Amino acid sequence: MWEAPWEALLEPFASFGFMRRALLGCIAISVGATPVGVFLMLRRMSLTGDAMAHAILPGAAVGYLVAGLSLGAMTLGGLIAGMAVALLSGLVTRVTALREDASLAAFYLISLALGVLIVSTRGSNVDLMHVLFGTVLALDDAALILLCSIASLSVLTLAALFRPLVLECADPQFLRSVSGLSAVTHFTFLTLVVLNLVGGFHALGTLMAVGIMILPAAAARFWAASIGWLVIAAVAVAMLSSLSGLLLSYHYSLPSGPAIILVAGIAYGVSLVFGPTGGLVARALLRPHFNS
Amino acid sequence: MTHALAFRGLSLGYDRHPVVLHLDGEIAEGSMTAIVGPNGAGKSTLLKGVIGALSPLSGQVSFGSVARDDIAYLPQQSDIDRSFPISVVEMVAMGLWREVGPFGRLGHTHRTRVAEAISAVGLEGFEARPIGSLSGGQMQRMLFARLLLQDARIVLLDEPFTAIDARTMADLIDVVRRWHGEGRTVLAVLHDFETVRGHFPETLMLARELVAHGPTAQVLTAENQFRARQMCEACAGPPHTCGRSAA
Repeated sequence: MWEAPWEALLEPFASFGFMRRALLGCIAISVGATPVGVFLMLRRMSLTGDAMAHAILPGAAVGYLVAGLSLGAMTLGGLIAGMAVALLSGLVTRVTALREDASLAAFYLISLALGVLIVSTRGSNVDLMHVLFGTVLALDDAALILLCSIASLSVLTLAALFRPLVLECADPQFLRSVSGLSAVTHFTFLTLVVLNLVGGFHALGTLMAVGIMILPAAAARFWAASIGWLVIAAVAVAMLSSLSGLLLSYHYSLPSGPAIILVAGIAYGVSLVFGPTGGLVARALLRPHFNS
Repeated sequence: MTHALAFRGLSLGYDRHPVVLHLDGEIAEGSMTAIVGPNGAGKSTLLKGVIGALSPLSGQVSFGSVARDDIAYLPQQSDIDRSFPISVVEMVAMGLWREVGPFGRLGHTHRTRVAEAISAVGLEGFEARPIGSLSGGQMQRMLFARLLLQDARIVLLDEPFTAIDARTMADLIDVVRRWHGEGRTVLAVLHDFETVRGHFPETLMLARELVAHGPTAQVLTAENQFRARQMCEACAGPPHTCGRSAA
């Protein structure tokens, strides 16, 4: 089949445009969504990302019903549904005694049920599979432009908000005492989460999109101890997982979305064991040092 | 003498249940005042009212010669995420927020001041350590370094010496006395009367209402303490009015 090992790595991308598009799309998601995932993890909101991914579904489904497989309609619908759930649960948390996790769970479950209902009554199973698991091998120009735009916007916003966002995570009370930016920071960040999930679902599907946010971030925690390096390590893990996942899916005819997320999962597992900062091996080696 | 803070018929509370009632009084500029009283007396609530985290149910807090936002506040239980990957020097530098804002650059003089603040609280050598590796006392030292950089005219401390060792406490009291020497107004919620008698010239005793306010020796009498306990027990009727104030 191929003569040199690098040919197995290069040949799919050299021969097929759809593979190059898939790779570009995944790199855009890695650059945009993964840093957002790092902050989700640091704010202990990893499961919030998962909930938001589910919440997007009815919006995308309504978009699909109105305009068919239209990028614009599904994106807009997903954005509206995601922001509605984020704002409503935030409002309920502030006004009532319900905690954020419970109010968010309530709204995303309602939203998910509504989404599955809409998709299954009006669409075929193929459509449901498309929305749930994405079509990374069929990204058109418009989808690529959308993914790259979201990634750019996301990186610029994170750069601008970096200091307040770090303080909002590390010491929210102090941020509130010195600045009025706390609420702005929180909601801008939630908007970024929704935006990246909506972008990600075109490629990876609503369920898998959150994987490329959280898994590389969780893996990076075992390699880096400062925020800057965490982001860099997470983006690197996400990009490598995308590349390896795409190649695996090409050579072994696997569905590409799950292949990418599973490679990221393997990266997480390896980091958990061998990562230098708090990995299992590092911990085992450190123990005698503490005792002596 | 001009006042830094004045309370006029101030009532504060949560969910419309008052905790602090009809408080009147003035805190002189440059004074160093301890706020004492039984649990549930509204001491922390009063500080939250001063920084504006709670709006008054009635009455008002007025500021004399000091701008309303020129206040540094150390809460009782900070909700700092100690597992967050941020170093001591980065956390301390956040005290410069009012000067550098969310986007400004930390210049050379800023860095020098951060280093000075860290050495003033005895944390040299800990600059690069992640905050999660600090002990309780070191954590409190770090927060005092951040307060130093805030350079505020009014400093509010809510039980700053709880659960720290004697040596750390002595060092941090030196920092507080230094603020006092620089003419800043210091208000501290304290439980230990020895500390209050030893270091705080003024005392405000609170039991939801004002019990006494003035020179420490005149306020910390057995009679006043007895009265404060009685006043707080008298209000123990509906649990949601009294028990909440410590929150």
